[in-house]
Amino acid sequence: MASLQGFGGNCRSDGFLFHPTSTADLHEVADLALQSGRKIALRGSARSYGDPAQAAEAFVLDLSQWNQILDWNPETGVLVAEPGVTLEQIWRLTLPDGYWPPVVSGTMRPTLAGALAMNIHGKNAADAGTLGEWVDRIDVWSPRGTHILLPDDPDFANVISGAGLLGVITQVTLRMKRVPSGEVDVKSLHAADWAGQFAAFAEEEGADYRVSWIDAFGQGRGHFHSAHYAEDGRKDRAQDLPSRILGLWPKAWVWPILRLLNTRGGMRSLNSVKALGAKFADNKVHRQGLVEFQFLLDYVPNWQRAYGADGLLQFQPFVPKDHAREVFQALLADAADARMEPFLAVMKRHRADKLNWLFSYALDGYSLALDFKVQPASGDQQKDLLRRMTERVLDAGGRFYFAKDSVLSPSEVQRYLGEATLARYHEAKTRLDPNGLFTSDLARRLGLEIRTP
Amino acid sequence: MNVWRHVIIIGATSGLGAELAKLLAAEGARVAVMGRREDKLNELAATSPDNILPFWHDVTDLESVPDLFAQATQALGGLDLLIYAAGVMPEVELDEFDTSKDALMMDTNVTGAMAWCNLAATRFQSVGKGTIVGIGSVAGDRGRRGQPGYNASKAALATYLEALRNRLDRQGVTVVTIKPGPLATEMTAHLDQSKMMPVEQAAQKCLGKMTRPGEHYLKITHRLIFAVIRLIPGAIFRRLKL
Repeated sequence: MASLQGFGGNCRSDGFLFHPTSTADLHEVADLALQSGRKIALRGSARSYGDPAQAAEAFVLDLSQWNQILDWNPETGVLVAEPGVTLEQIWRLTLPDGYWPPVVSGTMRPTLAGALAMNIHGKNAADAGTLGEWVDRIDVWSPRGTHILLPDDPDFANVISGAGLLGVITQVTLRMKRVPSGEVDVKSLHAADWAGQFAAFAEEEGADYRVSWIDAFGQGRGHFHSAHYAEDGRKDRAQDLPSRILGLWPKAWVWPILRLLNTRGGMRSLNSVKALGAKFADNKVHRQGLVEFQFLLDYVPNWQRAYGADGLLQFQPFVPKDHAREVFQALLADAADARMEPFLAVMKRHRADKLNWLFSYALDGYSLALDFKVQPASGDQQKDLLRRMTERVLDAGGRFYFAKDSVLSPSEVQRYLGEATLARYHEAKTRLDPNGLFTSDLARRLGLEIRTP
Repeated sequence: MNVWRHVIIIGATSGLGAELAKLLAAEGARVAVMGRREDKLNELAATSPDNILPFWHDVTDLESVPDLFAQATQALGGLDLLIYAAGVMPEVELDEFDTSKDALMMDTNVTGAMAWCNLAATRFQSVGKGTIVGIGSVAGDRGRRGQPGYNASKAALATYLEALRNRLDRQGVTVVTIKPGPLATEMTAHLDQSKMMPVEQAAQKCLGKMTRPGEHYLKITHRLIFAVIRLIPGAIFRRLKL
């Protein structure tokens, strides 16, 4: 038995941890679960911020040791891998051959199956969409057997994005993206306000990647980055993230220092300093390694610990482009009124999905990821703030992303997904998992667990 | 201060166990209560139907403990705190030596506690957190004329819990022994209860002490008096009427 939590460390539960590495192992655990009346939850690297990779009192199947890359063909750029293979394993193998994962998150740690269960996106979401769009085939196990699912099978779009509630992805065939080099040319733009932010995204529309940091204590001011693959970049660039700052201080020392600054005043100052830095970097272009540019979340090891024992939660709404500015502005005003500003805010551009994913979050608009320090001492004040913010997003036709969620309620999910999607989920769930074996704390919280007699 | 969300109380049909169940449920915890008397269990569950889950159990039936532990933890959705409050103290005359009464006390007060605490210890050890509370007694501090079997059972429980504490403390698990003096409960109904601590007050005090590992008396005077009593040499103690 183990005490498990997500990346945000904001909620723990105890489960019976297993490390299956074959479908035979899955059968064995499922039999045991059925006999003992327990449920099964799926877990990869647990990089989701909230509670989808754990379930209290359930058998939690950690797939991270089922992690062999089964085939890699540099001619076609097609990779076949087991579920626990991480994005890091993939780029380390394929980058020397000139290929990069088509979609990566801000960390290289997620497993492939976990990334597909959440159907992750990256800084190229407006162009490349979500990771699921780059998958040619998944093999999915349930107690009824293994199914091979291709993109034209409706269950392909149910299982990918299905938050691990419909079966175990045991094998993935992924199309990699050919890149001219291991480097990108990164352009910095200083945004003075919200108008500046949206202007920067528009101005850099043709870029391969776009992302902007926002000072959550400011009025939309921040630091926009776009990146283009460097055609003349180095192919053999050493990609590892440095373990020391300026070659001197171990980065492992950084999070305890950040913890000291992890107060409203400390973070206000840190955000201001960063915003000032953006002014100096305005309109400058510099060359970076792909790894260095993409995986900012891995840059400072264990930075999430700076948020203390109660952890952090991320609130990432996706808002249609026509409403994004007014909604984002209002969300940060709500937080400022409550004197509970997020300590980190990051904006990205998205487009609508090309496949009809089950728990789809993407839309033609923008997302704003807000990291809040969890404050139990505030009583219901923080919860009330997040309820108000959720309401605002839903009113604007906005959506949410289960990989980042820690706060939604069943009624809010009903509004976000709609009756038709929930009916589709229940139909797929009853068909693919008739015993209701697969669950998670997230599923329970959101009313997505199927109760069986 | 710990916030207990999932609690098992063994021996909750009356006395301190029942009061602790009510208090914890009122604070929002889900509490699985174990006991032999079904009517009392249901009565207790009715005080907080959403938070108190009744389970019929006879602590001397050791074989049933693992299944019941699994059922209860599953129904609760976890476990943060286990309280062993089951205990019996049959009347024993000063010239009576009754092995069956002694065995019943050892089975209920000690072996049952071991069966439950061992399971909680196994679980808490692997998750690196959790609290185990045993309701001992000041009666376990010395072997006295009136209740040899009861004294021995509470001493055994205290020693067992001390060992558990020494084993589990470094693994993040809190083990607590509460040593109430005489409480106005069913167990002492045959005695004069006018000077005994009301059980509601005792339960409130227990809650305050359950966050700190160690042995706790509920009254400072008890702590002082029993510190002295423990120091009295045997040659003198056997001449006293304590």
